[in-house]
Amino acid sequence: MTAPLLSVRGVETYYGNIRALSGVDVEVHRGEIVSLIGANGAGKSTLMMTICGSPQARTGSISFEGQEITRLPMHEIARLRIAQSPEGRRIFPRMTVLENLQMGASLDNLKHFKDDVEKVFALFPRLKERQAQRGGTLSGGEQQMLSIGRALMARPKLLLLDEPSLGLAPLIVKGIFEAIKKLNNQEGLTVFLVEQNAFGALKLSDRAYVLVNGKVTMSGTGKDLLANPEVRAAYLEGGRH
Amino acid sequence: MANVASTTASAGTEVTARALREAVFTGLITLGLFFLFVGLKTDQNIRNELILTERWGLLATFVAVSMVGRFLIVAYVQPWLAQRKAVKAAAPEIVKGESFFSRNLSKIAIVALVLYPPVIVALVGVQGSLKWVDNFGIQILIYVMLAWGLNIVVGLAGLLDLGYVAFYAVGAYSYALLSSYFGLSFWVLLPVAGILAALWGVILGFPVLRLRGDYLAIVTLAFGEIIRLVLINWTEVTKGTFGVSGIAKATLFGIKFDASKDGFAALFGLPMSSAYYKIFLFYLILGLALLTAFVTIRLRRMPVGRAWEALREDEIACRSLGINTVTTKLTAFATGAMFGGFAGSFFAVRQGFVSPESFVFLESAVILAIVVLGGMGSLTGIAVAAVVMIGGTEILRELTFLKVIFGPAFTPELYRMLIFGLAMVIVMVWKPRGFVGSREPTAFLHERKAISGSFTKEGHG
Repeated sequence: MTAPLLSVRGVETYYGNIRALSGVDVEVHRGEIVSLIGANGAGKSTLMMTICGSPQARTGSISFEGQEITRLPMHEIARLRIAQSPEGRRIFPRMTVLENLQMGASLDNLKHFKDDVEKVFALFPRLKERQAQRGGTLSGGEQQMLSIGRALMARPKLLLLDEPSLGLAPLIVKGIFEAIKKLNNQEGLTVFLVEQNAFGALKLSDRAYVLVNGKVTMSGTGKDLLANPEVRAAYLEGGRH
Repeated sequence: MANVASTTASAGTEVTARALREAVFTGLITLGLFFLFVGLKTDQNIRNELILTERWGLLATFVAVSMVGRFLIVAYVQPWLAQRKAVKAAAPEIVKGESFFSRNLSKIAIVALVLYPPVIVALVGVQGSLKWVDNFGIQILIYVMLAWGLNIVVGLAGLLDLGYVAFYAVGAYSYALLSSYFGLSFWVLLPVAGILAALWGVILGFPVLRLRGDYLAIVTLAFGEIIRLVLINWTEVTKGTFGVSGIAKATLFGIKFDASKDGFAALFGLPMSSAYYKIFLFYLILGLALLTAFVTIRLRRMPVGRAWEALREDEIACRSLGINTVTTKLTAFATGAMFGGFAGSFFAVRQGFVSPESFVFLESAVILAIVVLGGMGSLTGIAVAAVVMIGGTEILRELTFLKVIFGPAFTPELYRMLIFGLAMVIVMVWKPRGFVGSREPTAFLHERKAISGSFTKEGHG
C-alpha cells in the first residue's frame, strides 16, 4: 500500500489544561472519502482544526504528502492545498458570492479563477444564480455550498469538511452529499469528512473512524460500520431520519 | 363628494387641534424642566454674596422654541411622513435606471472641487476667498483625507484604531523637524513623512496582532497618547508644548509664495495676497485626498485589499484559505498610517506651526466618527460625512445672528461638540450603517455591458 496522503499519529490537543484529543491515529489515502463520526464534544472538530494548525497538537505528529506539518502555521498548511470548509461555514457575509470564491482562489492569485468558478457553478447551480448576492443573505444550504465551493477554488489535494449537514433540511443534505460523491468520483478528490449525521456519512464514505471522548474507538469501511451493532446503537438508531 | 371633503377638512382641524394640545403640553414640560436651570441663575456679586439672577426672557425663548417645534412636527412633519410612507407602499416598485448624475457622481464632484477656488475668487474676490478656500475647502479636505486613510484600517480591514491621530502627528512633526533642522523642502519630506508614519504603523501593528475589537481599540488609544506625550516631553527636539514654529512653506516648482521679486504674485503680475498660497494648498490637499481615494479603490480590487476585507469578516476563514493574517494586518496599518503621515505633513505646511495640542484624542475620535457616519468602507459616504460634520461646525462660526437671541456673550463655536454629538445620534438612529451603508462589490464575472452601452450613447449623443 502506498504512503497515505494525510497521516495523523498519536495526536494530543489541549485547550488550556483540558485534553480534547488523546492519542488519535487517522490515515487518509489519495482518492478516498474518509469520515469521522462521533457525538457532541467527542473532539471531531478539534481534530479537524488540529490538522489545519489551530490549535496545534501538543504531542504526536501530522504529516501531509510525507511532509511534517504539525508545527506549521495555519496559512502555510492551507498553502499545501489542504482546503477546509470549517464548522459554521465561515463564509464572508458582506462580500458577494463571487468575491467569496475569489478569496478561495487567492493562493493562485486568481490564475485559474474563470475556469474554476465555472466548475463550482456547474456543481452548485444555485451559486451561479446568486453570484452577485452578499454571502450573508444566502440560505443555510447555499452558504454551505459556498463554503465548499470556496474551498474547491484553491484546487485542494485534500478537502476537509466539518459537518456540512449541520442545520440543513434532509433534501439539501442529500444534495450536498451527492456533490461530494461526484467530486470524489469524477475528479478523484480526497475528502476527510467530520459528521454527526452518521448514517449519511457512513453511506458516503470508503472508510470511517468513530471518535469517543478524544479517542478513536473503532474504524473500518463505511459498510462495516453501518452494519456494526455498537455503531447502530450509539449513532444510528433513533438518529436516522 | 361633499362627504369626503368634509371628512378631510375635519381630519385637518383634528390634527391642528392635536398639534396645539401637544404644543401646550411640550411648553409646560419645557417650562418645568428649565424653570430652575435657565430661568434662575445663581451668581456672586462683588461682595461675594450669592444673588439670584432672573432670566425670564431666555426661559420664554426656550419654551417658545419647543412649542413651535412640537406644533410643526405634529401638524406637518408627521402627516407628511405618514403620507410619504403610504405613497411608497402603494406605488409599484419602479426600476429606474441610474441617472446620469448618480452614475457620474464622483466625476462631477471632482470637477466641482477643481473649479471651486476660481469660482469663489470670481464671486467674492481674491481677499474674500481666503475664508471659503481655507476654512471650508482645505479644512474639510484634510478631514476627508484623514478619514479615507483611517477607512483603510477601520472600514476595510476592520481593525478599530482609536489612535489614528498619532500618525497624523508623526507626519506633521516629521516635516516640521526635518525641515527646520535640515532645511529640506516639502516635496522631499512629503514621502519621507509618509514612510515614517507607515513605519510607526508597523511598530504599532506588531504588538497588537493578536488583539481585536475592544482590546485593540484600547491599545491604539494608548499608542496615540504615547506619541503625544513623547512630543510634549522630548523638549530638546520637539520644543515640548511650545511647538515648532516658523515651518517653511511649500513651493510650486521652486516658486515661493512670498512678497519677494521672484515670488508667485510678482512672477504672474498679480497683487500680493496670501490667498494664492491658500489656493495652491487647496489643490495640494485635493490631490493628496484623490490619491488616497485612487489607491484605496485600486487596492480593493487587488489581492491585498480583498484580503483586508475578508479579514474584517472572518479571520479564521482567512487563515484557512492560506492568507497570512500577520502581513495583511501590518500592510493595513502601514497603508492607513502612510496617508495619515501625508496629511500630517500637509497640516504642518499649512499651519506653519505644530504643537502637541493639535493631536489630542478628540481628533482621533472626530476622524473615526466621520468614518463610522459615512458608512464604513464607503468613500463617497465618508466624504459626505466630512462635509457635514466639519463644514457644519465651521458654519457655526457664521451664525452671529444668534447673538441677538442669546445675548452678546453667546459664541456659537463653543457648541461645536454638542452639535457634533447630536448629529451623530441622529444619523445613527436614521441610518445605522452610515450615509452609504451598502458595500460596492469589486468582482463581476460579466462586465456591466448594459450600463457601458448606455454610457457611450449619453456621452456622444
